[in-house]
Amino acid sequence: MELYKLTAHELLEKIKKKETTSEQIVSDLTKRIKGVDVKVQAYVRASGSTLLAPDSKPNGIPVSIKDNICTDGYNTECCSKILQGFNPPYNATVISKIISSGNSFLGIKCNMDEFAFGSSTENSCFGPTHNPWDLNCVPGGSSGGSAAAVAADEAIWALGSDTGGSIRQPASFCGVVGLKPTYGRVSRFGLIAFASSLDQIGPLTKDVEDAALLMNTISGYDPQDSTSINTPVPDYTKALINDVKGIKVGIPKEYFVEGLDPEVKKIIEEAINKLKTLGAQFKEVSLPHSEYAVPVYYIIATAEASSNLARFDGVQYGLRAKAEGLVDMYKKTRSLGFGDEAKRRILLGTFALSHGYYDAYYLRALKVRTLIKQDFDHIFKDFDCIITPTAPTSAFKIGEKVDDPLKMYLSDIYTISVNLAGIPAISVPCGFTKEGLPVGLQILSKHLNEEMLFRLAYTYEQNTEWHKMKPKL
Amino acid sequence: MSIDKKTVEDVAHLARIELEAKELEKLSKQLEHILAFIDKLSVLDTGNIAPTSHILPISNVLRKDEPRKSLPIEKTLMNAPDKQGNFFVVPKVIE
Amino acid sequence: MKYEAVIGLEVHLHLNTKTKAFCGCSTEFGNAPNSQVCPVCLGFPGSLPVYNQTVLDYAIKVALALNCKVQEYTKFDRKNYFYPDLPKNYQVSQYDLPLSIRGFLDIELGGKFKRIGITRVHMEEDAGKLIHQEDISLVDFNRTGIPLLEIVSEPDINSPEEAYEYLATLKSTIQYLDVSDCDMEKGSLRCDANISLRLAGAKTLGVKTELKNMNSFKGVKDALSYEIKRQTEVLDSGGKLTQDTRLWDAKAQETVAMRTKEGAKDYRYFPEPDLPPFIIKEDKVAEIKKTIPELPKEKMQRFIKDYGLSEYDAKALVASKKGALFAEECLKRFSDKNKKPVANWIIGPLAALAGSRACETSELGIFPESLVELIELVEKKQIISNLSGKVVLEEMVNTAKTAQTIITEKSLAQISDSGSLNSVIEEVIRENTKSVTDFKSGKANALMFLVGQVMRKSSGKANPKVVQELMRERLESA
Repeated sequence: MELYKLTAHELLEKIKKKETTSEQIVSDLTKRIKGVDVKVQAYVRASGSTLLAPDSKPNGIPVSIKDNICTDGYNTECCSKILQGFNPPYNATVISKIISSGNSFLGIKCNMDEFAFGSSTENSCFGPTHNPWDLNCVPGGSSGGSAAAVAADEAIWALGSDTGGSIRQPASFCGVVGLKPTYGRVSRFGLIAFASSLDQIGPLTKDVEDAALLMNTISGYDPQDSTSINTPVPDYTKALINDVKGIKVGIPKEYFVEGLDPEVKKIIEEAINKLKTLGAQFKEVSLPHSEYAVPVYYIIATAEASSNLARFDGVQYGLRAKAEGLVDMYKKTRSLGFGDEAKRRILLGTFALSHGYYDAYYLRALKVRTLIKQDFDHIFKDFDCIITPTAPTSAFKIGEKVDDPLKMYLSDIYTISVNLAGIPAISVPCGFTKEGLPVGLQILSKHLNEEMLFRLAYTYEQNTEWHKMKPKL
Repeated sequence: MSIDKKTVEDVAHLARIELEAKELEKLSKQLEHILAFIDKLSVLDTGNIAPTSHILPISNVLRKDEPRKSLPIEKTLMNAPDKQGNFFVVPKVIE
Repeated sequence: MKYEAVIGLEVHLHLNTKTKAFCGCSTEFGNAPNSQVCPVCLGFPGSLPVYNQTVLDYAIKVALALNCKVQEYTKFDRKNYFYPDLPKNYQVSQYDLPLSIRGFLDIELGGKFKRIGITRVHMEEDAGKLIHQEDISLVDFNRTGIPLLEIVSEPDINSPEEAYEYLATLKSTIQYLDVSDCDMEKGSLRCDANISLRLAGAKTLGVKTELKNMNSFKGVKDALSYEIKRQTEVLDSGGKLTQDTRLWDAKAQETVAMRTKEGAKDYRYFPEPDLPPFIIKEDKVAEIKKTIPELPKEKMQRFIKDYGLSEYDAKALVASKKGALFAEECLKRFSDKNKKPVANWIIGPLAALAGSRACETSELGIFPESLVELIELVEKKQIISNLSGKVVLEEMVNTAKTAQTIITEKSLAQISDSGSLNSVIEEVIRENTKSVTDFKSGKANALMFLVGQVMRKSSGKANPKVVQELMRERLESA
């Protein structure tokens, strides 16, 4: 019985009807992982470890977890040498919520770019994950492992994290659904921080309904997170309405210029037309500061990261290099323990905050962030949502962009503004290139309006067949 | 903005990262390239704009002064690369 | 003086909340190492801070007591540097928008008041403790995350004595608020000093030296005295001073330059993204202001005015809040307009007793009424001497009996009534006819002899002054 092929909501139905059990689902999933992960490499440290958390309840669906979300008793290493062996003595809030909702999580973790620094999952110390649609291609990043696992049916559903597009871009590359919630909607307590003012945990799923279900579970106010929003969480499944008549959608002209792959552009336009025939109303809009989003992001995110990663020093946990004296220990540990991209970002961030450069870089970036947010506020006065491509291309080949950091950074061009503005966004599959690689459609809405995202995404999905397609593995 | 090797070395020291000569060379070039791209921000007039350091309109997040249980010592020291009794151990600062 | 010393003091104060600044770990002192820690104060990956409401309230209270302006908008910043007692390798502190600014503290020295400006009072967290051994250091994180206030004075202090007075006044003022022990020996108050010398009358500041490692108020005073002497010698001999950090060596009574000098530190301050800012409105400030009791300076001035006490006496009585409350209860109950005896007894014998028992005067277990009763008995000369008054006081502390009871039990009552005395006087006159004759023939000493005989017969309990008067009267009338 190929339970692993089903969605979480289908499996929940089966459990309710007593047609299957949690144990059977896990057993099936385990077989699938053992069968194909050798090709996909979606999981890390998988050999010989227990798959399931011991105190799982019998009626739930196991969630696959990105390697930067703390799980008590199960190694959480951010796919970095510097955190090797780290076994957190506490659970992230989202994990506690998964457990108390009657679900469970896999003890083995999904691959990622080290510390979430990357857009391809090639920066993992365990090696890259392979895109299930074309094993020579990247799955996107940094939540590439989570996205690939869901696409390959090695996960029923998964959690990733998104700082500049790290859930949405891999969702787009792997043909699955990926949502970044409003900043503060989901607790960051237990998420190993990259950029504190941008990070959010979110779902990667096979369809929109599963994303809504998982959002119901993980969302909500957390007194342990001072940046957590204290308003009630709606039942997101109620937003799964197959109707977009009269919904006003803005198409930002700045997103349809040079740099967008022509084939991707055509697929996006077809998706937009589909929504037009379903009754949504489209108009061109402008987000004038769009071109500044990537530079602003790479100052703010790296500055915060340089501070957040200072704690990795060999004192309390993780790698400690052999050294002569304290300062040598710090330097050798951090030089050995961090990969190239991590070093690059830490140096960039440290520079942006350093004496003499703070005003010109960090402070200026914070001001431009205000301008970017204002661009969105202005549009959402008159429009219900904005639609864009999720990424400028489909999945690129493994190794293609590793030597050009800037080129790699530019693959985040459509997702980054969303994190800077703190608004929610979802990516849904909307087609395939000639080479058979998935393309994602991104929908953005205003602060705390995930319901609009679900409505639009659900309508589109229910009127297309993309979500039913699976890669041949 | 050009960033010379000396600056990269100073920044690396601030971040407690050691770079070999080849690494320093490569990183300096890459950082210079990235900073040149970032410099496009300098054309914007941000004089009257307030910086956004917190994206959420929340303030005064506080908790009550009520004690709760601390971590048991075994869990605290569980991941320690070096320990002695109840203490973490680090190499001495060499003056 | 050829040179003027320009001194600024930086005080770090532990606030005595039950839990730490950003987590619910206990702040209790003296428990096993690393027993009061959690993922938050250990800075474990994924942990996040949440600020303690009471710390904010206490901080505002201190700021107001120091006459600062509480800023309406204030936020935390990260101060980034690497050190093993700092688990996150950054300290959550405040940089450009501190809780409060522009305050002052008035100190009194030699009868004159001087206003010392306070630049700012801001909030931050403490680091852990390092125990240095041969090749390694042991780290205890119990202290990380304990809430601190940093109080920075303007460089308005001009002598080691003023510095001492500033610290003593700061301590007594803040102790009145019940937000900190302010105990340098226990580590709940730490002080660093900045000092520079310039020619008297000059406008520009000299080269600044930072002084650290002083463990008592006296240590601060001595370190500053030493520095002034050292810097004067350097300047007088034509030498140049360099901007240094020096450590006070209390044993050797000298300051020593720190060996490592990394150059100016770059802390790369930026707003703490994990903590939203605080907006402190007028009504909150007013609410906290109401909880501030009458502070030492005001109380002292009121004691002078209402009870006619001297500045010296009033200052001594208000040094501690509990002591001041106790003293005022005594002053109110003492019936005589001249309240000096009350001050004398509290500052003298009572304080001495408290000192010998290592406690506060208000903690000896004596009620104000009881002390006043004793003082009045002594003043009315109903105890044979002041010395026995002190004996009674000690007995009161040991036994919790009243003064009157003890006087009776120990037969310390002084006999002053003429009824009881006259019969003894008659007896002495009968037995000492020669002395009586001597007195009548002009020998003044004879009177003292006869008084002495009365004292002997009454086992010292007769009031000698009264006896003298009665004896003279009796002899002159016969």
